[in-house]
This record gives sequence, structure tokens and C-alpha cells, in this order.
Amino acid sequence: MKIPDVLIPPPLKKPHRPGQEGPNGGDPLGPVKEAPADLVGWLDERTGGASFLTGMLYRKVPKGTNWFYTLGSATLFAFVVQATTGVFLAMYYDPSPTQAYASVTHLTNDVFLGEFVRGMHKWGASVMIILIYLHMARTFVFGAYKYPRELNWIIGVTLLILTMIMGFTGYLLPFDQRSFWATVVGVNINGTGPFVGPYLSDFLRGGAEFGPATLTRFYSIHMLLVPGLIIALIGAHLYLVVKLGTTAPPWLHPKRTKATVREERV
Amino acid sequence: MADAADKTNGRTGEELPQPDPAGYFEGESMSRRRALTVAGQAVGGIAGAIIVLPAVGFALAPIFKKPDELWEAVGPTSRFTPDTYKPVVFTLVEGIGEAGKTTAFVRQGSPKYGEKSTDYVAITTRCAHLGCPVNFVAAAKSFVCPCHGGVYDFEGKVLGGPPVRPLDRFQTRVVKGQVQIGPRYSVTSQLEPVRYRDPGEYTGGIWNYIYPPRPDTPPAP
Repeated sequence: MKIPDVLIPPPLKKPHRPGQEGPNGGDPLGPVKEAPADLVGWLDERTGGASFLTGMLYRKVPKGTNWFYTLGSATLFAFVVQATTGVFLAMYYDPSPTQAYASVTHLTNDVFLGEFVRGMHKWGASVMIILIYLHMARTFVFGAYKYPRELNWIIGVTLLILTMIMGFTGYLLPFDQRSFWATVVGVNINGTGPFVGPYLSDFLRGGAEFGPATLTRFYSIHMLLVPGLIIALIGAHLYLVVKLGTTAPPWLHPKRTKATVREERV
Repeated sequence: MADAADKTNGRTGEELPQPDPAGYFEGESMSRRRALTVAGQAVGGIAGAIIVLPAVGFALAPIFKKPDELWEAVGPTSRFTPDTYKPVVFTLVEGIGEAGKTTAFVRQGSPKYGEKSTDYVAITTRCAHLGCPVNFVAAAKSFVCPCHGGVYDFEGKVLGGPPVRPLDRFQTRVVKGQVQIGPRYSVTSQLEPVRYRDPGEYTGGIWNYIYPPRPDTPPAP
């Protein structure tokens, strides 16, 4: 079958090559087969994304890279799971002190797959904390925090603190007895810091008592403020990983060069 | 051979007045480029402050809000005796349903502890360690916290465990034969009233400055 030449829009026409008959080299499905490559080419011509992705995904890694090096990606994946399930939980959750518990019960017991999605978010939170600590331990034990990667260590510690804040603020949201009293205790531990502690507690509660503003405040911090900071800092973290490269495991001793001597001294 | 793109017509620019230092014309203390940069950054900074400052103030405002004084009747004077505590439930924070209610333990004042029998003592259930709810154990005449084992005597003074100060109290008054409960206050280890502190914070002496009083708490009686 041959598509009449007039029906093929000009961008899909292939240049006529010698030795081939008609447009598209005589293959009527030619334009369709070429479409994915054409689309990628169209995007790449306008963004330059292909060279960026090639540089990131095909970067060189040192000899001896092993499974321990996947812990950072695993933590990132745990965060993506939390972000995704969190978005869907927010569709049913009601952050008012009188309705929060009822909305969580409804979400868990009545909504299709609600228990599953909430379970992923609940257990995923623990998984993320465990993975982030294993990732930190790997970085520490392999000495991967040393020059020139100190800044990435600092960003990583900030991400750890932000993840703990996520755990603390998220714990209140089911608004049952356990989460209420755990938050009361947690906020009061904040308050024992000298001079600023009492004001920090007031900021967290939105007042001197656990009141109408407390739950909404925690909800806003949990789903808007801290996730935004985490996403931005993960971007910086990954940028530095790609820019600086990863370290070889400590049991491999590279040849000493002028460039590596400073790394050893610091 | 003349270059078609050359629009200078052979002029080199030498004959034009040359600024000295480069970029600065006579009488200028700042180059135009620098002036526009500073002006642009200033406008951007003002625009940023207009957005950020109200947002920060919005988030911090509750810290400076003066509390409303709530008084609630909890029962006739005949209900309370000097030798034991009766639990009463009242609203501490309005507008959040059950979560805004709290329990206090109330008794009549006793001369044994230097109190007038026309006064009433209301002791909070909130542990002075980290805020868990304590319970009054009548047989032992003491308050016991379930979380970390804090124990208080009949007056609310610390007997043992991690609490850092005696149990907080509420102001009380009698109106038309009804005992009313009002704002909360903290006490020092000698039971002197001080402005209300959060659990876990010491009171008395220098501690009153290390844990400063907050503007959103009621003044001490």
C-alpha cells in the first residue's frame, strides 16, 4: 500500500534518496517508525538535554563500586514513594482537630486501597529513616565525606534533619491518643532549650497551648515547607555527586599523583 | 577590500571623548552600568521583603498574642474536701473539641498546708517533666506519671523521678457557691507562683531568666 504523496505532511516526508522509489524510501510506515527518534531529536535540539543526560548517566565511576553505593538512590526512591503516597493521602485527609481522626479512619477503612496507601506512607517513613542512616554510615565508613566532598556531607546532614522533622510533624497527623501525646512530649523537649526553647515551642504550637492552629501548622510544615526544602537540597546533593564523582572504596589504593596528595592530607 | 559588515566607515573611535576611568564620564561618581545594577538589586530586595516579612510575621504572630482569660465553673463548693482531690474536666482551649479539654484535681484549702479553707486548690494533670497526664493515687496521697515515673506529693511537690518542678496550678475563685477554674500558673519548688512555663523548664531564681516568660501566657496571680 502506498500513501499518496499529498496526504503526508511535510515534516514527516523523508528526503528522496537515490535508488529508492517515492517519498519515505518506499516504506509507507517509515514516518511512524521514525517518530520516536524524531520526537527525541526535536526535544534535544531545543533543550540540549541529551548531552546533559549522557554526562549524568554515563559518568565514570571508580573501580570497586559496589552495592553499598546504591543506598543513596534507595533513600531517594523512598522519598519519591513518600511524596507520591502523601499526595494521594492529602486527597482524603482533613487537618482540623475535630475531623482529622475521623478522616483518617475513613481513609483507612472505607476508601478503596486506602489502608494500602496509608500503610506504604507509614512504613515507608521508617524505611526512609533506616536507609538515610545506612547511606550516612556508608559515606562515613568509606571516608567519602573528605575533601572535596565536605559540602555534600553538610547538605546530607541537613537532609537528615529535615527527614527527622518530617517524621515528627507527620506523627501528629492521625490525631489519635498516641500521636497527640507524642507531640506534646516532643514539643516540650524543644522547650527545654535555654532562652529560645520556650519561644520555639510557642512557634510549633502556634500559641502557649496545643490549640486550633497546631494541627494545621504541623500539616503545612509536613506537606509543603519541608518537602520543598528536601527537593531543593536533593537537587544540590545530586548535582555535587555528578560534578565531583564518587570515591573508590577505601580498600583500593589509587596511585599517588599530585592531585590525590591533597585529598590524602585533608 | 571593504568589509560589508563594517559600519564604522574607517572611524576608530579615537576622536570621541574617552571616559577616564573607563566607563565613567565627567562628573559621575558611578558608572551607568553600576548604578542600574544597584537600583535593580534594591528594587528586587524591596519586592522580596514585601513578600517575606508579612509571611514571617503571619507565622510568628501567635507567639505575641495575649491570651483570653477563661473561667469555668466546675462544681459547688460542697463537692470538694480538704483531704483528697476530685478530678474535674473543663475546657482549656476553645474550638478544637475534645482535644481542648483537660483534667484538673481540685480540693479545698487546708490549714495544715497554710491555706485558708475558703480557698480552693486546683492542680494540673500535666506532668512537669514532659507533659504526660499524671494521675492522683488516693491511697498513696501522691501524683504519679505513667510515662517516665515522676512522683509528686499531696501538694504537688516532686518526690522522685525526672520532673524539674512541682505540678502547675490553676487560679480558682468562688462565684455564687460555684468553684471556678481560671488561668494556669507555675510554681517554684517553694510553691511561690510564677508565670506559667512549659513542662521540662525549671522555675525559681536564675531559671526564671534562662526560661524567660512568654507574652502569650497569663500573668502570675
